[in-house]
Amino acid sequence: MTTYILRRLTQSIPQLFIISVILFTLMQAFGDPIATLGARTPPRPEDKERLRRQLGLDQPAYMQYFTWLIGNDWQKIDMDGDGVPETSGKRKGILRGDWGNSLVTRRPVLEMISQRLPNTLILMVTAELIIIILSLVIGLYSALRPYSLFDNIVTGLSFVGYSMPVFWLALMLMYIFAVNFRKWGLPYLPTVGMFDPAVGKTPGQLIQHMILPVTTLAIISIAGYSRFVRSSVLEVLSQDYVRTARAKGVRTIYVVLRHALPNAALPFITLIGLDIPFLMAGAVVTERIFAWPGMGRLFIDHTARADFPVLMGILMLISIAVVIFQIITDVVYSFVDPRIRLE
Amino acid sequence: MADTASTALPEETIAKPASSAPLSPLKIGVRRFRRHRMAMFGLVLLILLMLYISFGSFASQGYCTPIKQNLSGEAWANCNDTHLKLKPPSSAHIFGTDVIGRDIFARTIYGGQISLLIGISAALVEVILGALIGSLAAYYGGWVDSALMRFTEAMLNIPSLFLLIIGAHFFSGGLPTFHIFGRELTGSVILIILIIGATSWMYLARIVRANVLSLRERDYVSASRALGASDSRIIFLHLLPNTIAPLIVSATLGVANAILSEAYVSFLGLGVQGATATWGNMLDGAYQYLDSAPWLWFFPGTLILLTVLGINFVGDGLRDALDPYSTKHL
Repeated sequence: MTTYILRRLTQSIPQLFIISVILFTLMQAFGDPIATLGARTPPRPEDKERLRRQLGLDQPAYMQYFTWLIGNDWQKIDMDGDGVPETSGKRKGILRGDWGNSLVTRRPVLEMISQRLPNTLILMVTAELIIIILSLVIGLYSALRPYSLFDNIVTGLSFVGYSMPVFWLALMLMYIFAVNFRKWGLPYLPTVGMFDPAVGKTPGQLIQHMILPVTTLAIISIAGYSRFVRSSVLEVLSQDYVRTARAKGVRTIYVVLRHALPNAALPFITLIGLDIPFLMAGAVVTERIFAWPGMGRLFIDHTARADFPVLMGILMLISIAVVIFQIITDVVYSFVDPRIRLE
Repeated sequence: MADTASTALPEETIAKPASSAPLSPLKIGVRRFRRHRMAMFGLVLLILLMLYISFGSFASQGYCTPIKQNLSGEAWANCNDTHLKLKPPSSAHIFGTDVIGRDIFARTIYGGQISLLIGISAALVEVILGALIGSLAAYYGGWVDSALMRFTEAMLNIPSLFLLIIGAHFFSGGLPTFHIFGRELTGSVILIILIIGATSWMYLARIVRANVLSLRERDYVSASRALGASDSRIIFLHLLPNTIAPLIVSATLGVANAILSEAYVSFLGLGVQGATATWGNMLDGAYQYLDSAPWLWFFPGTLILLTVLGINFVGDGLRDALDPYSTKHL
């Protein structure tokens, strides 16, 4: 098992390299971050030139990539533009844990991300738990009564949920539960942010603020997932071993929980494992609408300013998460299904 | 699934005794599709939406106060009367007006045309890229396969919404304006099409690759190679037509995804720029008027939902209808 995990990790290194090259190439096309620099008085051309040199933006793209990757602390850089390299480089490169500094705030990228990451995670983990539980329950119930009224309604609704643009659902929920409930004098839900500044950072506030974004995320995903659970349970229920169990007179609840569910859970685990990192990405729109101070909003805000170290950081973090979750999924798979052996 | 076969099949075999001529795959597909209730519902929904965005343009006209003229067509959709900004739905503007006083009803019609254009073209780009990359990788194998598949995996590992946002952002600005079918299109329409297409081909490429891998070992491929057929002839005339089912299904669902992607990017303010309306960019900034002007986001958002829903229903029906191993609804 350990060798398997180690081998998978080694295999993922070239993959992450390819990803980083693709991303860095895309970042280059962003244009000059200094050009979009705003100030009360427009900076002079020579100031811009100096800034470019200080940030290393005067270097060719491939040099910038290597600086980002392995750093430049063994080199001398020409800071004052006289053609003589005199200042020693300070960057260590991402391979040695230096994710670079934001071009906008000048703060370390890793620090900026780690400030926002918990906010995104609390939203995602809650949503994911609700999604897993509800889609299992709904999918299982539909599979046990296929083509019943409940099943048909759920099928219809899940298509609607699956087709719904996230923002439309979010706006509808906000309109009903925040705007109209307030109008009607009912207890209404807050729409933006994580805390009400007037009340302070209490857990109760956090939960209240989480209800709408979590519901939005959950509805969209449950729609697809419950269908998936339904079809895999239906498939398992038609297997011979289920028929044998039933013929032996095993109680239905036992057949479902002991035989059908574990087998049907296998593809579901794969789906969840591979989707979790993407859920993080999918929260971009949700975070934007609900003004949730998470990583998605950090990304959007810094896209507008061509702040590529931050963007690279966020994207690499998600790519690493994707790769790690792929490995975790395979390992969990081998625990759940004894037929699978990881060599 | 199993129990439909057991309950539905007998009565159908009674109703339709074995016909004399064997059915062609196309006929089987059409028959299965027509029996698929949700797919037919989706088709009707899409036809209604098509009628709305095509014939609706005859109903979109009015008196544009600022330039003191009666306007119709897209000019009316772009007529902005700031005295009428953010007016709720009324008899003159049945869907209300937007932040600079344009008629939302007219804009949903012309925006719908552009959104559908974006959806269909982006799906085409997706299918072309996916089919090409998948079939080349599988047909040539070796290092071509490894290189293309590593690239595909890398692209799959980057969430496509991020790719879309980056793509939409850095190409924005300074684009020429095109004239197609008498419509004026800003360059960003073409750009969005290319970006959405370029960020969505990966799954299709993997499906096509898997199919072609098994197809290229078939006898008819060896036969045509022995007859001296060129690689491109084998790929485009023999291999790809035999993997048409996933291509059609992906293309259909791709239209829905592209319309959604366009809406997301536009919603984040990075979509189609300028006066050209799309369902997506009508939503740009609309959430600031959540309570004061819900009609701003309700109508374009609902139209997106209905279109995507219709396409997904049809796509699901096509998937069932074109599955050669399915015995359902035969």
